[in-house]
Amino acid sequence: MSKDIRIKKGLNINLIGEAEKTTSKAVLSNVYAINLQDFHGITPKLLVKQGAEVKAGEPLFYNKNVEDMLFVSPVSGELVEVVRGARRRILTLKILADKSQEFVSHAPLSPENAGAEEIKALLLKSGCWPFIKQRPYDIIANPAVTPKAIFISAYATGPMAADLDYTLKGKEKELQAAITGLGKLTPGKVHVSIGKDGGSVFSNIKDAEIHKVSGPHPAGLVGTQINKIDPINKGEVVWTVSPQDLVIIGELLLSGKFNPERIVALVGSSVKAPKYYSTIIGSEISTFLYASGVNTENFRVINGDVLTGSKTKPDGYLGFYNNMVTAIPEGDDYEFFGWNKPVFNKVSPTRALTFSWLQPKKKYDLDTNTNGEHRAFVVTGLYEEVFPMDIYPLQLLKACMVKDLDEMEQLGLYEVAPEDFSLTEFICISKQPHQQIIREGLDLLYKEIG
Amino acid sequence: MSLKNNLHNLKEKYKGKKMAPAFNAIHTFLYAPNETTHSGSHVRVVDDLKRTMNTVIMALVPVLIFGIFNAGYQHYAAVDAANGVIRQASLFGNFLTWDNFIMGAWTVLPLVIVSYVVGLAVEFLFAVIKGHEVEEGYLVTGMLVPLIVPVDTPLWMLAVAVVFGVVIGKEVFGGTGMNILNPALTIRAFLFFAYPTWMSGDKVWVHQAVERAGGPDAISGETVLGFLAQGKSTEMSYSVADMFFGFIPGSVGETSTILILLGGLFLIYSKIASWRIMVSAVVGALVMGLIFNVVVDAGVITETSKFYELMNFTFWQHLLVGGLAFGIVYMATDPVTGAQTNKGKWYYGFFIGFISVLIRVFNPAYPEGVFLAILLMNVFAPTIDHYVIRGNVNKRLKRAKNATILPSDGQGKSEELKAETV
Repeated sequence: MSKDIRIKKGLNINLIGEAEKTTSKAVLSNVYAINLQDFHGITPKLLVKQGAEVKAGEPLFYNKNVEDMLFVSPVSGELVEVVRGARRRILTLKILADKSQEFVSHAPLSPENAGAEEIKALLLKSGCWPFIKQRPYDIIANPAVTPKAIFISAYATGPMAADLDYTLKGKEKELQAAITGLGKLTPGKVHVSIGKDGGSVFSNIKDAEIHKVSGPHPAGLVGTQINKIDPINKGEVVWTVSPQDLVIIGELLLSGKFNPERIVALVGSSVKAPKYYSTIIGSEISTFLYASGVNTENFRVINGDVLTGSKTKPDGYLGFYNNMVTAIPEGDDYEFFGWNKPVFNKVSPTRALTFSWLQPKKKYDLDTNTNGEHRAFVVTGLYEEVFPMDIYPLQLLKACMVKDLDEMEQLGLYEVAPEDFSLTEFICISKQPHQQIIREGLDLLYKEIG
Repeated sequence: MSLKNNLHNLKEKYKGKKMAPAFNAIHTFLYAPNETTHSGSHVRVVDDLKRTMNTVIMALVPVLIFGIFNAGYQHYAAVDAANGVIRQASLFGNFLTWDNFIMGAWTVLPLVIVSYVVGLAVEFLFAVIKGHEVEEGYLVTGMLVPLIVPVDTPLWMLAVAVVFGVVIGKEVFGGTGMNILNPALTIRAFLFFAYPTWMSGDKVWVHQAVERAGGPDAISGETVLGFLAQGKSTEMSYSVADMFFGFIPGSVGETSTILILLGGLFLIYSKIASWRIMVSAVVGALVMGLIFNVVVDAGVITETSKFYELMNFTFWQHLLVGGLAFGIVYMATDPVTGAQTNKGKWYYGFFIGFISVLIRVFNPAYPEGVFLAILLMNVFAPTIDHYVIRGNVNKRLKRAKNATILPSDGQGKSEELKAETV
């Protein structure tokens, strides 16, 4: 029995630069990189030395806390550089790709017949495990804990989000294999949320409960869907996987090969010809960014969307979890009387001489300016208009800021991830860093209670 | 754009210095800063606190202008009355005149200037001492203060009260966003309790009434509530229309209900102020007024009671007189000191309206209760929110009883998250 979810609170941010539905093959990158900031909370232990030759799918490092959890190279080549930061913390691993690619191959598993332990072991040793994230804490799933359910959101509502039905077309077999396989790992259900209009590649998936979702962003965020379908209680664990990562898991089960290829949307108003590129995890972003061209000197490249992505550079690398790259203008300029003149070209949650409410369909060209200075929380009642979860957002943020563990627990910190607060951060009049506050709150709770 | 570049260079020069907040306050007044996002969401909405506060000020400007004309009008009306001529107010006839404006501006604008200069000086001082930016809260407070005091409040008195209100009402709690009590009302309360003779009676509402008192050209003007409290409503010559349009004596900005109503609608429409608080406060005031009317109609209170006239005052007219409408629209909706949850706002607003009329009727010394009611509910707002939030917490705890906690195999149990992990 499926349950339809209708979200009323929220805000769709329409921006200039959505990807046109054509896909090109990106130029092959010379150097590929794994950025360790993508894996929050992992203590890496290197398995290969600098200068060593690795195959595609060969482990590069493991997680010190969960030693079975391996992280593999996306390509075969030479580990040319281990970039370290303060206190010798490993930041990035760079691999110079070989001309001809060699893959590590595992024995394929039939998802219908394989046992839970077999599937788990294959995912761990093949490097696919990090695709599975858990809540609470929004970290890579702990394989020792059995989740109550697994949630997959196949309905993308974020700004300029990649159209999943387009990027995953033709991958039904892999998706089905992954969902059947992952379903073995939980006694509960696998919940898949699709758009109400149908036509999704997930429409005919078996072994999963399909939910039809409608409404504005953040209807497509998996946290919103969990909250509406089966909220997380204290002590419970759920897993979440992104649809594009399911394809890689499915291909592993079917063929025994870790294939890090994916279709990525290149979007944003700074891109001349925004469209889709088929590329590989860890590719240098310039390999496809400059193929589409940029129309300004001063722009910011973001791994992911404008609300939740991480800042990078044109010579940065495609993130482990990202299926889109955004380029928007930097806003490092002053604006004369920017605080009181009428504004038509920027988004606003109010009508205080701001006129975005007149044209809800208009597409905007937003830059990275904060449009004001950081202040204490003053205005109330605005976050609730874009926050559909049954949680008091302002109070939870304040509990995190004062490090009140009891309040954090009771107000529902277990249920959220930083991305759930991306929209409240976007509309915040006091320009508070909501996602950072929630991340620090989650880290504190994990450290104290775990 | 040389001004822009010069200011930018000055900003870089002042960076890290003691005077930086003071300079930045002026700089950001002229130019929205060149700050870009660092973490989290890469784009942000256009609204900031300056814009929010500016919207409230825009909603106050019509009230201020009306207050200027009314200050002049009440003065000349009182002079006429002393000579035995009863004026009939007419907007274009004897209200919007140059004489009224000049007389009013000469009285009201010094209040505005003193309020802003003294208050902002205190704000700048604290910003420089504590090394934080000058926050915008006082932009609205500074405008509210001259509108809620009697016209002839001595300027030194206002200055003392502003210093008290900003320091004790706000800065000791940590500045804008941290205060418990509405700073403008703290200033009003300070004036009321420290200098009560200047805050009530029939001499303070009309310009020059105090200095002419006892002389041959003495004038006076009593507020509607003053007449009612003294049981002299028969001597009052104001019609309901006068009360609604605001041609009556009172604090500078509180008299014109229609302009306050329009300001309130603008604030609701621009989504700056909470419509929940405004609506529920109006309902609260009407309910309390109606209760008093019913009690009087039932004959429980007779005409000999000193509360008779206020209790018998038609319930909805309470909204037209005194500072009730002004308080509901501009003061009760302060997001910092009010209830912060949407459900809590309903209770908060209702009790403000309810208690305002209650105090108004039963306070023998001073027939106005709005500022006391709002200050009282400021104190109780966190309590209201606490119970609203407990409701949410309890729902979560109840749900957690049926949690499906699955056994973990204990192996690989994650160790503590180390600070240096990536």
